[in-house]
Amino acid sequence: MTGVAPAELAGHAFLRGLTAQQAARLAEVATAIAVPAGHRFFHEGGQATRFWLIRTGQVALDLQVPGRPRLIVETLGPGDELGLSWLSESMQWQLGAAAQVPTTAFELDGPAVRGLCERDCELGWELARRMLTVASGRLQAARIRLVDLYSSPVQGPGSPR
Amino acid sequence: MTIAEFPVPYRIARRRYETHDTVTLTLEPAGQAIAEHRAGQFTMLSAFGVGEVPISISGRPGRTALAHTIRSAGAVTRALCSAAQGTLVGVRGPYGTDWGIPASASASASAGAPASASASASASAPASASVPASASAPAGTGEDLLLVAGGIGLAPLRPALLAALDQRRGYRRVIMLIGARSPAELVFAAEFSDWRDRGAEVEIIVDHGGERWPGHVGVVTQLIGRARLDPARTTALVCGPEVMMRITARALLGAGMTADRIRISLERNMQCGTAECGHCQLGPLLVCRDGPVVSYQRAEPLLAAREL
Repeated sequence: MTGVAPAELAGHAFLRGLTAQQAARLAEVATAIAVPAGHRFFHEGGQATRFWLIRTGQVALDLQVPGRPRLIVETLGPGDELGLSWLSESMQWQLGAAAQVPTTAFELDGPAVRGLCERDCELGWELARRMLTVASGRLQAARIRLVDLYSSPVQGPGSPR
Repeated sequence: MTIAEFPVPYRIARRRYETHDTVTLTLEPAGQAIAEHRAGQFTMLSAFGVGEVPISISGRPGRTALAHTIRSAGAVTRALCSAAQGTLVGVRGPYGTDWGIPASASASASAGAPASASASASASAPASASVPASASAPAGTGEDLLLVAGGIGLAPLRPALLAALDQRRGYRRVIMLIGARSPAELVFAAEFSDWRDRGAEVEIIVDHGGERWPGHVGVVTQLIGRARLDPARTTALVCGPEVMMRITARALLGAGMTADRIRISLERNMQCGTAECGHCQLGPLLVCRDGPVVSYQRAEPLLAAREL
């Protein structure tokens, strides 16, 4: 693990546009990490005390189902934010997450960031807005997949020839 | 060669299963050939005694042989998908507008060599020849070309991709993003490594990957944010189910692209192909003539309307 320069942190897609001062505050509670393929970031049900900003690599969000291989619900890649539950009331992971390939990321201390947000409402609003955008995008993606866009067309009047 | 107004006989020279319900047919003229097609156009294909259906041409432009990738979705497409090698089918066209990616001179000069092909089981087909979708044709300008395909929507995009790869040095980046239901339902999967070798950045994402799938899982729009686009230098070609095209276009706008740089391929109930019957009308457009390829700038208000 290594320290993080504020400018480097602010260059991540999730934080782009933060002021230098805001980035400096976050950099104090951030760490640069590099993990091998197979590294598990968290398990479903575990305590959500951190989140990550992926720089390179790929991370799978997964779900364990008894009697079945682990189900990969979604994959995340460079520029994505990993971990939403650190901001929730329960602070409990709803899914698991593991690196599929060697991955680098900025790791941020959840409680410390929450503390920063409570003391600095502008930073809090910025992060809350960005987290909501991430959550909204993932909700939208889940809904789109529910529609099963690529399935065979239903037969009936006016159906494909 | 001219646009065929009546079905011209072609023979099925080759069949290739893409997925359990999708077949690519390579058709060779049994007599006179139809006019040379441009990437994005479609033909009306006849299964004699069953019916006619609009199918996008999935083969490289500039070839006499036609490739159509067909998903078995109704009586006609079922008949075409199950037709044996050597069977005669009817071909009218080519119809409609194109992606605006011209074929390279060398590709056009090699007419006669068969390409593999594909046709989508679209519910519609367009009319007379074609009008470029927009004035901005990126070939040779050193710009970026982004192609976004959903499911069998890769079939109409394949000719544009192949044409771009034939002129690879004319583009800075050629990015192909592909979304599918599962790895088993990816069409042209055997070609992906060749496309990469020829300089395309190919990324694939599936709804459900299964245990052994090492790639992306999610929706194709999620790849857009990771593609590091240069919005002012990118032209996007999008093809897939209409909902997929809408959300993809929105994601591209969100990434900073302008609507005039996004082209989509519309699918409506094309019947005559010659802008006479009106079955494919979408607001002011007769999709068989004014489409299937249109700029998102033109299509956006039409796609958002509840009724037209």
